[in-house]
Amino acid sequence: MKKKLRVKRSKHIDETYKISFKFNGKLYHGFKGDTLASALLANDIHLVGRSFKYHRPRGIMTAGSEEPNAIVQLHNNSPRTEPNVRATEVEIYEGLEASSQNCWPSVNFDFGGINNLLSPLLPAGFYYKTFMWPASFWEKYEYFIRKSAGLGKSPTKPDPDIYEHRYIHCDVLVIGAGISGIISAKTAAKNGFKTLLVDEKPYLGGSTIYQNSEYFKINNQNSGSWLEKEINEIKKIKNLEIKTRTSVAAYHGYNYLLARENLTDHLQIERRKNKTRHKLLKIRAKKVITATGSIERPLVFDNNDRPGILLSSAIKKYADLFGVACGEKNILFTNNDSAYETAISLIQKGINIEAIVDNREEVSSKLIYEVEKNNVKIYKGHTITNTHGYKRIKKISIMQLSKDGHNVVGSKIHLSCDCLGISGGWTPAVHLFTQSGGKLKFRDEDQVFIPNIYPSDQISVGACNGDLTLDTILVNVPKSLKDFLDIKKNVYENFEVLSSHNNSKRNIWLLPSDKILGKTKSFVDYQNDATAKDIKLALREGFKSIEHVKRYTTTGMGTDQGKLGNMHALGIISETSEAKMGELGTTTFRPPYTPLTFGTIVGRNVGEYFDVYRKTPIHEWHEKNNAKFENVGQWKRAWYYPKNKEDMFQAVQRESKAARESAGILDASTLGKIDIQGTDASEFLNRVYTNAWSKLEIGKCRYGLMLNEDGMVYDDGVTTRLGENHYLMTTTTGGAANVLGKLEDYLQTEWPELDVYLTSVTDHFATISVCGPNSKKIISEIFPSLDLSDKNFPHMSFKKTKIGKIHCRIMRISFTGEQSYEINVQANFGKSVWEKCIEVGKNYNITPYGTETMHLLRAEKGFIIVGQDTDATMTPIDLQMDWIVSKKKYDFIGKRSLYRSDTIREDRKQLVGLLTDNPNEILEEGAQIVADINKSPIEMLGHVTSSYFSPNLKKSIALGVVKGGKNMLGQRLIIPMENKKINVTVTDPVFLDKENNRLNA
Amino acid sequence: MFLINCPFCGEREQSEFKAGGEAHIVRPKQPTELSDDEWAEYLFMRKNIKGVQLERWNHIHGCRKWFNIVRDTTNDEIKAVYKMGEKPPI
Repeated sequence: MKKKLRVKRSKHIDETYKISFKFNGKLYHGFKGDTLASALLANDIHLVGRSFKYHRPRGIMTAGSEEPNAIVQLHNNSPRTEPNVRATEVEIYEGLEASSQNCWPSVNFDFGGINNLLSPLLPAGFYYKTFMWPASFWEKYEYFIRKSAGLGKSPTKPDPDIYEHRYIHCDVLVIGAGISGIISAKTAAKNGFKTLLVDEKPYLGGSTIYQNSEYFKINNQNSGSWLEKEINEIKKIKNLEIKTRTSVAAYHGYNYLLARENLTDHLQIERRKNKTRHKLLKIRAKKVITATGSIERPLVFDNNDRPGILLSSAIKKYADLFGVACGEKNILFTNNDSAYETAISLIQKGINIEAIVDNREEVSSKLIYEVEKNNVKIYKGHTITNTHGYKRIKKISIMQLSKDGHNVVGSKIHLSCDCLGISGGWTPAVHLFTQSGGKLKFRDEDQVFIPNIYPSDQISVGACNGDLTLDTILVNVPKSLKDFLDIKKNVYENFEVLSSHNNSKRNIWLLPSDKILGKTKSFVDYQNDATAKDIKLALREGFKSIEHVKRYTTTGMGTDQGKLGNMHALGIISETSEAKMGELGTTTFRPPYTPLTFGTIVGRNVGEYFDVYRKTPIHEWHEKNNAKFENVGQWKRAWYYPKNKEDMFQAVQRESKAARESAGILDASTLGKIDIQGTDASEFLNRVYTNAWSKLEIGKCRYGLMLNEDGMVYDDGVTTRLGENHYLMTTTTGGAANVLGKLEDYLQTEWPELDVYLTSVTDHFATISVCGPNSKKIISEIFPSLDLSDKNFPHMSFKKTKIGKIHCRIMRISFTGEQSYEINVQANFGKSVWEKCIEVGKNYNITPYGTETMHLLRAEKGFIIVGQDTDATMTPIDLQMDWIVSKKKYDFIGKRSLYRSDTIREDRKQLVGLLTDNPNEILEEGAQIVADINKSPIEMLGHVTSSYFSPNLKKSIALGVVKGGKNMLGQRLIIPMENKKINVTVTDPVFLDKENNRLNA
Repeated sequence: MFLINCPFCGEREQSEFKAGGEAHIVRPKQPTELSDDEWAEYLFMRKNIKGVQLERWNHIHGCRKWFNIVRDTTNDEIKAVYKMGEKPPI
């Protein structure tokens, strides 16, 4: 027989607007305004998922973002699929498809349910204990553990939705639009503060908005109606911005908060097109008012996790807001008055309540009296000792509590039910407050942590500050606002409040049972299946710190961060170890408060916008000429130019040969360029480079090596003296920004007395390098008036000239060992000058080459690449570049470090050349170098840093760093590879043209 | 993320700045006169205080100027900002 679970009209639900959705493949109906949870409950579905460890059937437990159990997968197998979504937060729409997680083959018959029977074998720390040894078996275990771990499935296709980030600045941010938040927002806005009010739910008013009881009144109106009028009024205030469906995820220092505004998740899929799905709001607030309310606590007793067991406040919300009865035979179990509010709501709506089990002995309040008047049986001083029913609660067993609450006495009573509401009192939602760095204090009377010390200009008000009843809220919130906002007159004063709550509470963290604890399953963390037994076991095994117990038992480590159960875990630890709650402290709440999608975090920074990239002025030509590109820092550099289906190896061989035999051309625009001017420019260079600069003539170039203070090579490049007090420094492509920063640092902080000015001109010039035996002929055809004779324009010198009206700076410098000219022109002429070089060079088979060929050519000459052959542990001496370290200069950056006891060690790794026995065998860069392969463990002497096949030498060549390599010339070493070992001989790192004849050929 | 009051530009977000470690470590004028230990003291040793610490910061995505701040590392409160060469105000 179908149950009738929709009761009495609710303002929130539009019963004229029917919505169909699918759950686990089956079609259901709900109404506009329903959440997935309320619609499922209206269809009498409680069982939605399986628990993480034991695969126990689990149902909807709450009506909010704290939900631990009812987490579902939306739109499985679609690009929009999303795991771990709380059914209590999903607003239904036509076409919604949701399915259960962590079960196979189905939620009704889950194979993993066997874990529940095996549970005596799966205690806390089971995985840590079991899969420890033998260590080599980990690889075998891992596959199975990983397969069974994790909740839900992540999407495998690109996300079709759009996400955005937005910065918001406001005077006052109010988090939470319950009654305290509404009062706060109105007070702030009416006093002229630019105010932002956010709430995670789609409606305003928190739990008061559906409070329709004559036991809770403000100024003689039902509190719900009173609040509704207030909401209508604040909507008209101009300097108040209101955002619903907006969940504050993180509260950082300096009142910087991140919130996720959900814009389309409640819309039909077809209507989401071209709309932004989530916005990440980056909020800077001068003042923050946290009004995040409180979360009802469950009670911890044997089998307290069955489908059909909900928080008592959730049952009230489903009845009042959604017009849904969670069951036909309801029982409430409580230690405080809140459950009676639920009872009154249910009675009002004609929903049957079988009984209330209250663990308090002697209590009376108007609420209790009202319930008793309606002939609901109340079992005072009783506790639930067990529950029955596998996929839905059917029955509970109750017994009387002993006076001290530690035991149960008397005989067992069985009560049948299909829904059980539990209420263990309230926990202030202090998550955001603690995220911000706030310190809590413990209030003994009702066993709650409340804000104590604020780290920034903020305040917590209402339930999250420990004011858990209507009367305390209405007295305390306006009062604290007055001080916090420093205002003369409050918007709200002299409320007439009726609040019928009796504040008494009998707090028992772990309720006793007639069974021994070892035989019970009293869940503390529902999502991660951590029981009271597990926590006690952890304590017995010696874990003391709450942070350690948390990790060992995984309490609070689920996607819900243990919003329901953390307090009970603390309580049980406190009771067992006899430590005071206040002294134990809490575990750290970390952002995000509720999970965020990756899309929200990355916003628009996807695809080509993931990271900016830089193109040289000649980039278009490279693209047109089939270049393959390589990322160097943020630059796209031409890597090689394959012709006729060449692979990289073939292209590089051809390019390298051409450069040495006739002419090659390289786009070197990405090299960092720093313009250095000032009367102390020469002195400055003396201090930052290892070699001497004072005597460099105007119009001459010099190679320089720059160290860190620790003596390690930092950057290198050629610097040209353009005038008496004017230099142009070049740096490596990747190092440009850091070199400029480092030089500025020294100028500003260590040597402010130097008259030196630095300007980055990297982007201002395009640099075209023409090299090879025919380079001089090509340059002379482009610049016919320029005297290129070795006498007038020798290697390492510079000339200014023009092509037509275009000013050119030409440096005769070489990174390839060939005669070579670098033409620097204003960036916007770069491409036309390049094309001119190509045009003129045609007769000489001018061949464009990319970075790979450049690397090969320089390796033939044994020139290093900083960052490839060096790794911040190489001194110039290690690189066999002693020649560039000035002995005469008194000081330069890093000089003192070159004779520290560590840097003068003979057995440091030093740069050497490596030649393979088989000239066709090419070493792998990064491969390890050893001498004795039979010694165990094998001593690693170094590694290969650069390796190529040289078409000009017709053999493979490599550079590497080897311990004590300088003195190993001619020695034979071994490169062990996966399937073979390669024999090599240590050589000088210069393989080609040691005498530098080619530079002037 | 902190707000840092650059002494040249005013209050800006932390993401515009680069941290430069402990302040007031002066490069020795005559490094060659120093023993290995003395040089190592300059080169490697940093205090890393839990509490109030003097730090160098650079407004790298702004005016590119270096300056010093007084920061409490336990709560990130910046107690003062002052220019290079000036004495700490606190």
